[in-house]
Amino acid sequence: MITRRSFFAVMGGGLAVWIVDNADAQESGGGARRGMNQQAPADVGAWLHIAEDGIITVFTGKVEVGQNARTSLTQAAAEELRAPVGSIRMIMGDTALTPFDQGTFGSQTTPQMWPRIRRAAATAREMLVDLAAKKWNVDASRITVAAGKVSVNGHSAGFGELTQGQKLLRTIPASEALTPAADWKVAGTSVAKVNGREIVTGAHPYAYDVHRPGMLFGKVLYPPQFGAKLVSVDASAAEAIPGVKVIRDTFHSRAMSEGAGMDLVGVVAPDPATAEKGLAALKAEWKPLEGQPSSKDVFAYYKRHARAGGGRGGRGGRGQAAEPETAPANPNLVSYTVAYIAHTPLEPRAAVAEFGADGKLTVWTGTQRPFGVKSELAQDLGIPEDDIHVLMPDTGSGYGGKHNGDAALEAARLAKAAGKPVKRCWTREEEMTWAYFRPGGLIEVFGKADPSGKLVEWEFHNYNSGPSALNTPYDVAGTKTEQLHQTLSPLRQGSYRGLAGTANHFVRESYMDELAHGLKMDPLEFRLKNISDERLRNVLVAASDKFGWKSRRKTSGTGFGLACGMEKGGYVAACAEVSVTSGVVKVVRVTQAFECGGVVNPEHLHNQVDGAIAMGIGGALFEAIEFGDGKIATNRLSKYRVPRFADMPKIESVLLDRRDLTPAGAGETPIMAVAPAIGNAIFDASGQRIRSLPMAPGNKLAAGSTAAE
Amino acid sequence: MARITQLDVNGVIRRLDADGDRTLLSVLRDDLELTGTKYGCGEGQCAACTVLIDGQPTKSCLTRVSAATGKKIVTIEGLAPNGKLHPLQEAFLEADAMQCGWCTPGMILGAVGLLRRTPHPTEAEIVSGMNGHICRCGTYSRIIRAIQTAAAKGGRA
Repeated sequence: MITRRSFFAVMGGGLAVWIVDNADAQESGGGARRGMNQQAPADVGAWLHIAEDGIITVFTGKVEVGQNARTSLTQAAAEELRAPVGSIRMIMGDTALTPFDQGTFGSQTTPQMWPRIRRAAATAREMLVDLAAKKWNVDASRITVAAGKVSVNGHSAGFGELTQGQKLLRTIPASEALTPAADWKVAGTSVAKVNGREIVTGAHPYAYDVHRPGMLFGKVLYPPQFGAKLVSVDASAAEAIPGVKVIRDTFHSRAMSEGAGMDLVGVVAPDPATAEKGLAALKAEWKPLEGQPSSKDVFAYYKRHARAGGGRGGRGGRGQAAEPETAPANPNLVSYTVAYIAHTPLEPRAAVAEFGADGKLTVWTGTQRPFGVKSELAQDLGIPEDDIHVLMPDTGSGYGGKHNGDAALEAARLAKAAGKPVKRCWTREEEMTWAYFRPGGLIEVFGKADPSGKLVEWEFHNYNSGPSALNTPYDVAGTKTEQLHQTLSPLRQGSYRGLAGTANHFVRESYMDELAHGLKMDPLEFRLKNISDERLRNVLVAASDKFGWKSRRKTSGTGFGLACGMEKGGYVAACAEVSVTSGVVKVVRVTQAFECGGVVNPEHLHNQVDGAIAMGIGGALFEAIEFGDGKIATNRLSKYRVPRFADMPKIESVLLDRRDLTPAGAGETPIMAVAPAIGNAIFDASGQRIRSLPMAPGNKLAAGSTAAE
Repeated sequence: MARITQLDVNGVIRRLDADGDRTLLSVLRDDLELTGTKYGCGEGQCAACTVLIDGQPTKSCLTRVSAATGKKIVTIEGLAPNGKLHPLQEAFLEADAMQCGWCTPGMILGAVGLLRRTPHPTEAEIVSGMNGHICRCGTYSRIIRAIQTAAAKGGRA
């Protein structure tokens, strides 16, 4: 862990600015989240270094998973330093060099890190101006900084020159006010992906691509069913294969369903094919876990295991005492269901682990929480966090699915036993079986509007999906009940882009349409009657104007729908046009308006919004994890359909740029209105109200309810 | 199975010693350290592993290395010899046709094959020609734009 004392020894002389939230903890070299006798770490810090040779390096614990944080944060530094984008290097998610960070999730990179890096860069610029003022003996106010040069009268110097021979460090609190940028020059423009060239040439090394000298390839034995316990394993055939070494060990604290004490049986070999042969040659006997629900009856299972008091339960089979809910239910509640789905990052989990001669561990892995993985490794291996270095290469996506260190733990355990560096790459089948899923959910809803269209009653119960966007953004004049019910999940589940926001918006916005239909009121008009939040109104109006909602013309088999919502500081509205022919749904057009405060990079924001629409179509129409008997039936891309070119509608995204507002994140909220807008369009086209996600599994419309029901 | 001792990759004869039954994908990545070719599914569903074999886009996860001997293999690392980007690489950058980039090398090589077959594809021809490629980040509309741009500039390799 780098500290202010060691910083220049590591980085070399020059000028540095540290932004810290908790300066005392940082100085003590904190960084542990769970270690004993260690102070809380300095969270969401950032630092910036200008070397004597002029190289500018920005350090942040945030990571790049395709959301273009590397580019947007580079823009933040370039803007305030008045330096070219190409002169700035960004070190991200390296636990030895960057400040502690809880992780890259919750659309927090822009709200947390963007202003901090701007502050650090602005402070560095002021320091450079002071140095120049002294050097040339001129008044600081006359000095200009532009294009990476500090100038006044006939004098001009690069940043590095001004720092020469000195070690200048300034620490400023994260709370220090930042002057609002009235006219950004680099920020707010479509700077191209800063490492795009490495991507298109195949030069960028992802975690899956890391290669170390003498490295072995590792495989791990997984049970044929969830929760099955290993009874015995005969490794003799595997050990007879030249090059194969079988490793038996026990995880101490691995955060999998099996919990602490999970057996590890693995093989290592000099090449992946031999490792696979070794794994296949293991003869294992398992004791199955019985009585687990399937994807068909899981919704009743949620209801059966619901406990009073809210919150969300973990995976089933842990023996937690359930206190059944006894309150009588409103008989008017309408049920919706949401299937489990898989993140399916195209790069599956991967890690390379290497122990040095000094016993210190280095791990390269694709994760949204490199510091969290460091803690997991320390806990499981029983070695100090200071002896672990986790590096996070820009990764082949996550969508909320790469929060933990499954592959890292496996690689480290195998490397320790093998005495050599080990690479552990999950296969697609492993990724789609043993990673966690977006939770399934059962949601029950009821609402009432008066004849003028004003909402007067609202009741909403969510079983298992989660709390994000649980609360309606609409005004409700009368009683309002919104509850999350804690229950059990048979599958390992976790965060997914937008968390439960997608499930909760799907149900709320579909049901709003049901109410509008009952009132014979236009769905746009009905929503506008019940929204007082100006930002939500604005996106709804922007999307429907661009789409041409009011001038839409229905023809046989086509339909139009809209939906809106807000979450994580972002406001979204979508309009969709679909065709339904003999039960086959085709999304023809989606127009989406999005507002998340000031726009940092318009092209990348459009890309993010368009990508969320594309991904949202999968969950809306056909993505679903089917499971039963403790097995995932849809554990391959040939069995689990994700959106492809041919599924794409005509996509239009409209960005509302509110530079008067602090930029918020954009990775999640743009997915939330997609499914309900499509569902409402399906109803408009077919008269069928589909109350389940996905709405067209196997390419055919799911069973729905007609309007009369 | 016979050992494979040489492969013609990106215009260079590479020496190696691999079981001919292994996948071309694994040999490229693990033996020759040409990691620009990506694993995505291992069953030919995502096309992230696409390389060119004698000019034809080929899924290297379904190709035994023995079937590639004596043929000219081009991976993404060989598409920009001497550092000059291929028109499709330029077009992908210009259109911002990527997010995480894991699918990008296979996508570009698939598009090279498409434009070789159909130098001026319609949008429908791009969709049907590229439909075997998955971009989980959903940048499809930008990829279509990139291929159109490269085609307009005569983007044949």
